[in-house]
Amino acid sequence: MNSTTFKWAGLLTAASVFAAGAAIAEPDNNTLVIEGQEMVTDVAAPEGSPLSRVYSGWRFRSPETQAFEMDDFENPAFPAVELGEALWNTVEGEAGKSCATCHEDASETMKGVRASMPKWNEKRGKPHTLETQINACRTDNMKAEAWKWEAPNMLAMTAYVGLQSRGMPVNVQTDGPMQSWTDKGKELYYTRVGQLDMSCANCHEDNYGKMIRADHLSQGQINGFPTYRLKWGGLGSIHRRFSGCMKNIRATPYKRGSDEFIALELYLASRGAGLSVETPAVRN
Amino acid sequence: MAKAKPRVKVPKSASAGEVITIKTLISHKMESGQRKDKAGKVIPRKIINKFTCEFNGTKVFECDIDPAISANPYLEFTAKVAEAGEFKFTWVDDDGSVYETSKKIEVK
Amino acid sequence: MKLDRRQVLGLTAGAAVLAVSGIKVNPADAATDETKKKIMEFTGGKEPASGKIALKTPEIAENGNTVPVSVSVESAMSGDDLVQSVMILADGNPRPDVATFHFTELSGEASATTRMRLAKTQNVIAVAKMKDGSVYSDTKQVKVTIGGCGG
Repeated sequence: MNSTTFKWAGLLTAASVFAAGAAIAEPDNNTLVIEGQEMVTDVAAPEGSPLSRVYSGWRFRSPETQAFEMDDFENPAFPAVELGEALWNTVEGEAGKSCATCHEDASETMKGVRASMPKWNEKRGKPHTLETQINACRTDNMKAEAWKWEAPNMLAMTAYVGLQSRGMPVNVQTDGPMQSWTDKGKELYYTRVGQLDMSCANCHEDNYGKMIRADHLSQGQINGFPTYRLKWGGLGSIHRRFSGCMKNIRATPYKRGSDEFIALELYLASRGAGLSVETPAVRN
Repeated sequence: MAKAKPRVKVPKSASAGEVITIKTLISHKMESGQRKDKAGKVIPRKIINKFTCEFNGTKVFECDIDPAISANPYLEFTAKVAEAGEFKFTWVDDDGSVYETSKKIEVK
Repeated sequence: MKLDRRQVLGLTAGAAVLAVSGIKVNPADAATDETKKKIMEFTGGKEPASGKIALKTPEIAENGNTVPVSVSVESAMSGDDLVQSVMILADGNPRPDVATFHFTELSGEASATTRMRLAKTQNVIAVAKMKDGSVYSDTKQVKVTIGGCGG
């Protein structure tokens, strides 16, 4: 098969998949209240957005999946959150410090951190994600070993730190030194890649609310990460989700922590500005 | 994975004779014995196979657990509280490990 | 236009989705032999009656890894009116066993909730065994969506 035929076939596949689910549109009207706190799951899109409203992925899930996130006891991510809290207070590394040594009470000092990530870091000369910020603390200040991107301890810590921002609106800087990173993320979002020749936008901007085969497509918002996915049976990072999406369209994923994924994370966060941080969210 | 970590949710108090709801969850991979690794070898089964709840030494609820129970097993059940006391929760792992936790309850 | 293999595959996938959303599935598929055997072992050979027991499952599970399942049985939970055990079976799994709950007078009610794995669309069966030897069952079909997106 020559490459033209191949692309044509890919388009046809995509078109027929989306068309099949056209009957089911839009997110539902349910309200997300977690432990008495109401979350913003539907908000007017930020200026310059191609969307009119932005919706949390929670609004696209089944009532049973939604219920898992509405109660911190029933949310299966919480054993990891508890591990994160224990790690927060654990002294590690040659400096003899724990996170708490410097940052004391996470519920005070970590408030808002998740909401503004990725964040520009002058010393690094590029944005920090929550993962790289935690590792910078570990290696520079604690003199401890860095954690791997998807290590259980890293996921536990990002979940615990992220939880402290739960209910706060996603609000990342996109101007100044972040401008070029946002632009790069946007370019990646709209670039068709992989054997199926699809971009993020093909599913999450053009076709959200529809069914892709048996799955209800969301806008691909990232306000709930790290997220407990039923499919994973555990927590996973934003970059793991990107990687999965890229595999689905038969593309070679970028590496977790790569500049590409950091830029994409930043751009996606900016598209979801105003949604509540839901960390740790539960999805299918 | 880190050591299995149990969590339980029991009301702090109840009126005498009240039926309360208890929720429990333990972090555990629940390896079913049905999966294969990348080399095609079956990953051996390792699950929590039994859960017991006792109140002041008397059995309240018990569950035989099979590999079809999801990772991080969740169990919700009820208990009739006649007196103040302590609930004891026990999970038994295939490898013989026993995980325990307990919670006190007052009677108003 | 000549259809090549990929085009055909794509069209078929679309058609399959339509078929799933439009089809009526018979909820009362007969249980497999192994499931029947498990039920008979549990009840001591007695055919369970309907009523008294209510099984609650989602109609559609977004992911078969974690499907909530609740069961409750009408009972005073004292004296002879007592539910001893409830067995949950998933008829279409490689092995049907899911869990067996054992209740006591201290349970107060014969109700419990857990989360299970379902390999595919199938019937879930709950069987209750009472102290007086009577047995009851309830069956619910759960459609498990496979072929969703997500990495």
